[in-house]
Amino acid sequence: MNAFLNHFNFDFRAGVRNKQLLLMNYLFPLGFYLMMGFVMAEINPPFRETIIPAMVVFSILAATLLGIPDPLVNARENGIFRSYKINGVPSISILIIPALTTILHLVIVTILITGSAHWMFNAPLPVNWLNYVLIFFVMAFACSGLSVLIGVVSPSSRMTVLWSQLIFVPSMLLGGIMLPYSMLPGIAGKFAQLFPSTHAMNALNELSMGKVADFSAWGSVLILFCTGLLAFLLAVYLFSWDSRNTTRRGHPLLALLVLLPALLGIFLMK
Amino acid sequence: MPEVVIEVKDFRKTYGTYVAVDGISFEVREGEIFGLLGPNGAGKTSTLECLEGLREPNGGWLRVAGLNPAGEAHKLRDLIGVQLQSAGLPESITPDEAMKFFCAYHQVKPRLDLLERLGLAEKRNSQFFELSTGQQRRLALALAIPHNPKVLFLDEPTAGLDVATRVELHGMMRELQASGTTIILATHDMAEAEHMSDRVAILLRSKIAQIGTPMQITATGANMTKISVRTQSDSLAGVGFPAVSQQTIKEEYSIYFSSDIGATTSAIIAHIQSQGDTLIDLRVERPSLEDRFLEITGKVGVQ
Repeated sequence: MNAFLNHFNFDFRAGVRNKQLLLMNYLFPLGFYLMMGFVMAEINPPFRETIIPAMVVFSILAATLLGIPDPLVNARENGIFRSYKINGVPSISILIIPALTTILHLVIVTILITGSAHWMFNAPLPVNWLNYVLIFFVMAFACSGLSVLIGVVSPSSRMTVLWSQLIFVPSMLLGGIMLPYSMLPGIAGKFAQLFPSTHAMNALNELSMGKVADFSAWGSVLILFCTGLLAFLLAVYLFSWDSRNTTRRGHPLLALLVLLPALLGIFLMK
Repeated sequence: MPEVVIEVKDFRKTYGTYVAVDGISFEVREGEIFGLLGPNGAGKTSTLECLEGLREPNGGWLRVAGLNPAGEAHKLRDLIGVQLQSAGLPESITPDEAMKFFCAYHQVKPRLDLLERLGLAEKRNSQFFELSTGQQRRLALALAIPHNPKVLFLDEPTAGLDVATRVELHGMMRELQASGTTIILATHDMAEAEHMSDRVAILLRSKIAQIGTPMQITATGANMTKISVRTQSDSLAGVGFPAVSQQTIKEEYSIYFSSDIGATTSAIIAHIQSQGDTLIDLRVERPSLEDRFLEITGKVGVQ
């Protein structure tokens, strides 16, 4: 336990000390939030209604998808995992601790956004705080799971960027952050349901902000939770200490199984 | 007799069709410093990494402190210490944090005194990427020993170190040896291997070309002794002497490689006296491990 806490403590501090992580954990999400608050809320006043959930979901996407995978790939390729292995650091700690520390950074960012948006941009506060906190953690769990999985299966930093952007960009455009899900045409709406931001926004809108969801809000929570769980399990299964010298337990394409909960949701959820 | 701590029997490691290590066998006893030498690609790193549990062998029998490194790697962690060639630390970690981090996983108290001893006291709170190569190597060594490992693997431990730190490191190796730690030393520094190792194995083309004490290995070569002579006048030019197989001139010295020191030196001195010349300097050097290594690896005259 002492080792785990020590590892967590170091990793959390690295999230502030490391310029790239500082950017992804704090500067980018908060900078984007301020820009959207000052500009978007003026151009498009209804955006005020969703600024808190939208910017919290955006922060989660940025900190996890853009912040977690690359350090994992670099650590593996630079032999850091090898030295961890020699010194008895378990693979589960390597995978879980970056996710936990990122979630802790996100808690701070979420408090800043939620606390400031109301008086700075006159944004409505959540009406159900318990659900707000629950959905935040489930979304953070799902996205950090996906990010860890990307870090585990990506052979290089270049591929990491590609995989991360494949989720990040459509999540931004179609996931209910920039424009409501209800405005999307049928097929685009179904496609959007593959992304965690769509489910997070759908769940937050009904269960926390007191609006009406576009499809089952609790179904979205369940999909996010299953996606996160499956992502972490696949990451543990596919983890490799050293891509050049050890054989993986499974083909990296197995990682695509993580889409299963969202795919089932498309067909089963109303 | 000290117990056998490392057993390697018919060990084989391949990568696809490439054979990195081809059926080597050796034993290392408790408290021994065992040098692993060889040119690049000879199989040193593969051997080390299989002994450390980082890779799995393709054949043969490996035991480290009585454990199979491939199957019982988790039990081996607290019994071995490894200084990797590349330190393998996150770039933002400080020496202080790294020490606390690894000690926590080994369940021992952080040995911050080791950082001081290895000249890292002033850099304790600097991030890893801010350290020089030498400092990174010293940190890697400091992190390999706080849990008092039974077996210590050192891969090029003094590469990039200044003379003072090198001496300090050799002193630490001797202390660890005295306390019963077995040390496997992989190095390209032949002087270091000769000075520090109780026994060495020279790996060549995936096999052990020679194994024994540095003295035994140097004695099994062509056994030519190097005699360097400098005189006031140039009376030695073009003169042949008994038992000399090769001679050359370098920086005013006539250099002879002799298989019989007594006969050659006597003849040289007699010749100088007979020519009325004056002897300024005469040096006799026995073949070093480096000479023997170059002879074995077929690189005599290349360097």
